[in-house]
Amino acid sequence: MRILVCVKRVPSPGAKINVTPDGMAVDATHLGFTTSPHEECALEGAVQLIEQHGGDVVVLTVGPDEAEEQLRYAASVGAASGVLIPAGDAWDPQRTAAVITEAVGRLEADGGPFDLVMFGNESADSGGFQVGVRVAHALGRPMVNGIKGIDVGEEAVTLRREIDGGFEVYEVPTPAVIGVKEGLNLPRYPTMKGRLASKRLEIDRLELDAPAGGQTMVRLHRPAETESNTVILGEGPEAASAVVDVLEELGLA
Amino acid sequence: MLLVVLEHDRGELAEAALEALTFGRTLAAKMGADLHAALIGSDSSDLVDEAGRFGAETVHVVTHPILSDYGSEAYGAALAQLIEEVDPSAVLACASDRGSESMAFAAAHLDLPLVANCLEATPGEPWAITRLQWGGSLLEDITLDSTIAMLTCGVHSVAAEPAGDETPDVEEFEPELDDSLARTVVRDRVVLTQGVTLPTAQVVCGGGRGVGSAEGFDKLEELAAALGGVVGCSRAVTNLGWRPHKDQIGQTGTRIAPEIYIASGISGAIQHWVGAMASKHILAINIDREANIVTKADWAVIADLHEVIPAITAEILSRR
Repeated sequence: MRILVCVKRVPSPGAKINVTPDGMAVDATHLGFTTSPHEECALEGAVQLIEQHGGDVVVLTVGPDEAEEQLRYAASVGAASGVLIPAGDAWDPQRTAAVITEAVGRLEADGGPFDLVMFGNESADSGGFQVGVRVAHALGRPMVNGIKGIDVGEEAVTLRREIDGGFEVYEVPTPAVIGVKEGLNLPRYPTMKGRLASKRLEIDRLELDAPAGGQTMVRLHRPAETESNTVILGEGPEAASAVVDVLEELGLA
Repeated sequence: MLLVVLEHDRGELAEAALEALTFGRTLAAKMGADLHAALIGSDSSDLVDEAGRFGAETVHVVTHPILSDYGSEAYGAALAQLIEEVDPSAVLACASDRGSESMAFAAAHLDLPLVANCLEATPGEPWAITRLQWGGSLLEDITLDSTIAMLTCGVHSVAAEPAGDETPDVEEFEPELDDSLARTVVRDRVVLTQGVTLPTAQVVCGGGRGVGSAEGFDKLEELAAALGGVVGCSRAVTNLGWRPHKDQIGQTGTRIAPEIYIASGISGAIQHWVGAMASKHILAINIDREANIVTKADWAVIADLHEVIPAITAEILSRR
């Protein structure tokens, strides 16, 4: 199998996210960076598939030069090659999808067709919920988002998407595009051998661009903090009675 | 005209549909536009009256043999054709899995921008929109230049409220869909849990790293059972393998909206908070008075959850 996984470099937030003074980006001074969580599971899913069925995983990112770090991380857990499409500022989803579509064409012309192209359900930061769908539509390939289970058959993949109280099942012919949700697996940590191999990864830079779409960022800001006047019901197990009073008042106990 | 896309599953209207109509009523008023609704699928015609109760003046019922069950590509293509047919100024859906997916496919068909997870939208040239980033931890102001504004509103960003007793006009539409689109239609469904589930529960008992182990959740299960609720958890807990991912509350898990969320041993990192913030009430149980979740809760108990939770369960049972 040949699988392309598209990942995004995003800040790794903790209890709070701050914004830069110009309001155009997350202030990452005290934050590390990571691969967007759904995409980390997509990558792990792809690596597991080639472990079972043989083949190669190619990882692609659209982002700043520093996103090389996420490509090397991907190599450390099993990706065979990495592609960086340099993009300075945050691109809108239409522009991002257009360059990825073109990149798929070029990578397939050079290295053969991809059985699967995998995305995360949505990116952790901008959360547009659409790049994978737009790429699939442009390529004319089937696509289902939100996938938490993948089984590969001869000419189709069986996909599971979580719904309230269970899951729904799709049978999609390959080549296909899949949007993965966290929960598909628990991503592995890199081994020392993997880390060393990732340093030797040759990164293919593709200089591509496309027209901007109709959505333009003006600024980022934090939502107004809700005034919280937390009532402390007590300390220790003696507080149980006060808790049940509250639950009774709400009609829940 | 504003067209609101209504999510349903085989003839049962989703909460997301009612949230979208509620959001859409405010937006249509700002636009000075009529409020229309789209029901895609062969078994959706019984839902017209319900759409009317939530403010739809006209309902477009979209039917085709392929639309007998949900399919990402078929729904997207059908929606794109309906939009071309009825020519709305704006289209809105709730940003659930299906809503986000159908709107993305329709936007791709029409080569239009799609603004996901809107919180507020002001029509104009261009539109001025505030949308969610980081699941709602940050807001992004944007401008939108588009012949048709394609928008989704965040899940639980408004609470569904009925509008009145209108009987809407019904217009039927049959799109032309290629047989090949059946490739992404739902093939089967598997039910794992009957009854109350995390997205619908009125009481959610959530546990974080502070619970200490998979077995530590037994105490939360007992409390949840006493209250007719369910157990949820933080991302740290799923990463540790203590609970399955379907129990995860947060940006990459489930967004809950219960009457009360009892959060125990959870610090309240933003990844978790954005999934819990639509809860009507929050009670935090934590040993750390300064924990993020404690400062945001309505009530807090400063205690070891392993001691206080069994005491709460016992108190509930003793008062019966």
